[in-house]
Amino acid sequence: MTEHDVLVVGGGLAGLRAAVGLADQCDVAVLSKVHPVRSHSGAAQGGLNAALGNAPQAGDDSPEKHAFDTIKGSDYLADQVAVLQMCRLAPQVVREFEGWGAPFSRFDSGAVAQRPFGGGGFPRTCYAADRTGHVLLHTLYEQLVCRGIKVYDELAVTRIAVADGRCHGLVAYDLKRGRFETFAAKFCVFATGGYGRAYRNSTNALINTGSGIGMALAAGIAVKDLEFVQFHPTTLLGTNILITEGSRGEGGYLVNRAGERFMARYAPQAMELAPRDIVARSIQTEINEGRGCEGGCVHLDLRHLGKTRIVERLPGIRQICIDFAGLDPVQEPIPIQPGQHYSMGGIDTDVRGRTSIDNFYAAGECACVSVHGANRLGGNSLLDTLVFGRLVAEDINARRGEFSFKPQEAVLRRCLAEQTAQLESMFARGKGLPHYQLRESLRAVLAEQVGIFRHESAMTQAVEQIGGLRQQYAAVGCCTPLGPFNFEVLQALELEGLLCVGEIIAKGALARQESRGSHFRTDYPVRNDAQWLKHTLARLDGSQISFSYTEVDTSQHAPQARTY
Amino acid sequence: MHPKREPTEEMVKDSFSNSNVSGTLRVPLLIGTQSVPDTLYRFDVFRYDAASGGPPRFQTYELEVNRQTSVLEGLLRIQDEQDPSLAFRSSCRGAVCGSCSMSISGRLNLACRVQLHLLAERRVVLEPLPGLDVVKDLVVDMDPFWAKYERIQPWLHAEITSAEDDRMSEPQRQRIDQFVNCILCGLCYAACPVTKSDERFTGPAALAKLYRFLADSRERRDGATLEQEDSPAGMWGCHTIMKCCEVCPKEVRPTDGIRGARRKLLSHKLKQILRRNPRET
Repeated sequence: MTEHDVLVVGGGLAGLRAAVGLADQCDVAVLSKVHPVRSHSGAAQGGLNAALGNAPQAGDDSPEKHAFDTIKGSDYLADQVAVLQMCRLAPQVVREFEGWGAPFSRFDSGAVAQRPFGGGGFPRTCYAADRTGHVLLHTLYEQLVCRGIKVYDELAVTRIAVADGRCHGLVAYDLKRGRFETFAAKFCVFATGGYGRAYRNSTNALINTGSGIGMALAAGIAVKDLEFVQFHPTTLLGTNILITEGSRGEGGYLVNRAGERFMARYAPQAMELAPRDIVARSIQTEINEGRGCEGGCVHLDLRHLGKTRIVERLPGIRQICIDFAGLDPVQEPIPIQPGQHYSMGGIDTDVRGRTSIDNFYAAGECACVSVHGANRLGGNSLLDTLVFGRLVAEDINARRGEFSFKPQEAVLRRCLAEQTAQLESMFARGKGLPHYQLRESLRAVLAEQVGIFRHESAMTQAVEQIGGLRQQYAAVGCCTPLGPFNFEVLQALELEGLLCVGEIIAKGALARQESRGSHFRTDYPVRNDAQWLKHTLARLDGSQISFSYTEVDTSQHAPQARTY
Repeated sequence: MHPKREPTEEMVKDSFSNSNVSGTLRVPLLIGTQSVPDTLYRFDVFRYDAASGGPPRFQTYELEVNRQTSVLEGLLRIQDEQDPSLAFRSSCRGAVCGSCSMSISGRLNLACRVQLHLLAERRVVLEPLPGLDVVKDLVVDMDPFWAKYERIQPWLHAEITSAEDDRMSEPQRQRIDQFVNCILCGLCYAACPVTKSDERFTGPAALAKLYRFLADSRERRDGATLEQEDSPAGMWGCHTIMKCCEVCPKEVRPTDGIRGARRKLLSHKLKQILRRNPRET
């Protein structure tokens, strides 16, 4: 058994920010199933929102305006005080990263450059060309190395050991050593990322299996608003690799097969810079109604920006187009389609990152505070990770003196024994049912039946089908003996949680008889505040999922009609 | 026998418009359902398990692909459908995370970045990165790479406390841009002939990272890390063979960084000499 004061699970921005905040006062360790710099935060392209007012056109921007844009963007499902808190801390986040040497793109004055993003009233998205996530992740990892923070990389947590309402630690598969081990701690922080891989057409990394949310569910922890799944408007046709919103922020056009800038019909004011839910639905409508281009896409046209600007501001996009589509956006428009991109829902937390288990925290995409509500604005996810990673660390630092809890080795041993028993039965089934068949079925069902446009009949079927997949999971077998880098074992274990997440998405979406943000029902196309201005909570009791609903904090702005 | 196909721009477009993965509103795809003629590829994959020992070997897999498919996607399908024991690293599948570095028919690259239909042959030979110990199949032990990265103290040494301190101009940022873009994939380290002949050699990625900080207008580190790399195992170990620049998937030129670091070292030494012998100035 290994022991630390605090275990942070996940090596992306939220986890690393929490670890840096904790390192001065606690013995903290980061556990990550990949090396931290391989985390999906690094794939974020466009930027980080903060009301710095650096752009010449942004004279009177303020955190309050940033908060209003975020709340309106969320279709009023975000908790408003939490949003305000995040937006007020945003300028500090940027300055902190400047202090750590993050090479942001700059205006001529030397101030951090800012560009417009969807749903934002001002140009407030700070960026480092179109590699913002990469730059922030590497800068933060550098701070970890500087502080000598212990990282267990290539170590995949598989279970949370809970007894008497407390988290005693974790069970994890050490990929390098090829065995399962136990880790004890007074506090655990999950920063394990989203559940994008539940969908077939996802921009997400292969590691974004929602594993942390699955483990939390298995440990009896509540999750929130999982039915809110963001579809990014512009992903590369076929591979669904992300093409940043920054390309529209820089002035890119969306055009259909007739060469028409069709956004004029859907969001006449904001045009291409309407929020993502609206742009994604508009694109899908063009495709569905026969105005799409060959292969089922529309075009993102950057050619009028000119080579210099593309090379300077969007070099990563250009490289992706050349590598993955064999075209150069300087000369040709980019064929794009909407694709699953972000998980608004996650482990239910308060503004300090606390969950229904006192000493178990969550932050970043795996958590749901909620600051994104029914639709996240571009540029707010990096902000979310860094603000709430920091706040979790501050809360733990403040509590640790008075917190006398001692994790029990017996609880961890029991948790490990349960894990071992599950593995042994999988090995006993040998070839059994290969896990990937269930996974691929789940991804297809969610993409086709619980996607951008949702309808009762398709979702009723989806719920049934996913329920069936969850039953079939009992037949999943493993035939590769336990040892180093056994991905069969890891993937098979993660699938159990992913199927559960999938069922909650489908059931939550079926129950919610309204349209709000990313959740669009063709049979209930209007937002219904009287009945549905509330968060969906889900828990696992045994294998049964139970739902309940909680209030949304609308203390700052009364819900209004949402037009752009 | 399939005729050899040379990659042309037209072919890229062709295969692209034929892609069969578009609409989100189609009937759910059943696994294996295809509507475009399949192409058969042969994957010869290096297999080895350090934990159980035994001799390394090549294993052949055959895979039918029906659209633009990357080497990584091929490997993922083989792992799913044919051999779940096959081990390789992967994460972003979009050439930004640096996980899937390997040797692909003799060339070092990220597996996600190599499209099968652009290869000259319908056979692909996959081997782990050279010069690093193999743990399992295509997974190598990256610890020496990370240890050398940490050795150069890869963080900005500066006290920046207010927004006005040490602002950076855009031209100053652009000067370090290519080195900032490094994704630490290790391809340059594996390609470098010097890392193979001298295991102490810091290697191109870490030295280029050192220069990323040295060239940062805000950096205030003293000469210690420079002096530490003032040796044949440090920045003088580079023989300017430039394999690193050739293989970098992010267009970083580590050799430029190493040369830049040498210039910084020489100027640092010169300053020291002048300080020690002020009268000789």
